[in-house]
Amino acid sequence: MSAQQQIADAIASNDVVLFMKGTPQFPQCGFSGQVVQILDYLGVPYAGVNVLASDEMRNGIKEFSNWPTIPQLYVKGEFIGGCDIVREMFQAGELQSHLKQAGVAVKQPAA
Amino acid sequence: MPMDAREIERLIRDALPDAQVTIRDLAGDGDHYAATVVSEAFRGKSRVQQHQIVYQALKGQMGGALHALALQTSAGPAPEPDTAKGYVL
Repeated sequence: MSAQQQIADAIASNDVVLFMKGTPQFPQCGFSGQVVQILDYLGVPYAGVNVLASDEMRNGIKEFSNWPTIPQLYVKGEFIGGCDIVREMFQAGELQSHLKQAGVAVKQPAA
Repeated sequence: MPMDAREIERLIRDALPDAQVTIRDLAGDGDHYAATVVSEAFRGKSRVQQHQIVYQALKGQMGGALHALALQTSAGPAPEPDTAKGYVL
């Protein structure tokens, strides 16, 4: 299965999926770690995909989204952004409302 | 080969001549910068689209020579509607 197909499958079969360096338990990059912290703080169930597992995945995701960096967050198939945008949305309470509108359970109320 | 802050600013200005650009070197290694870009070209665009405009301006350097660019973009204050200016009660 091609990297593009694996990526599409991961996005289609998970409400929230984070393409990251490392795993949610052991992030291997500060930016990936920041998004993991935000999602864990919100108590959002998500799938973590370690792009360091293969070069095809690491480059494939950048092509897939036309976005040059990792991490990349997807909610219900929609690309939300990288670390900057997820943090900016979280601080503005927009990430919480976006998740709720998408029907994704969020534990913490908007800060 | 790391990038120089002025090079980043020049590339962004080439693509967005009206842009106000401020760049901070986060680590002194030419690899980790923070940039704030204000341009009318961002008006009405999502954050992802705004950042993609800046990434395109950097001609593929982003994620390569430039490892990290903490980016904040905005369209700036909405322009005053012309009618309001010339309208006298």
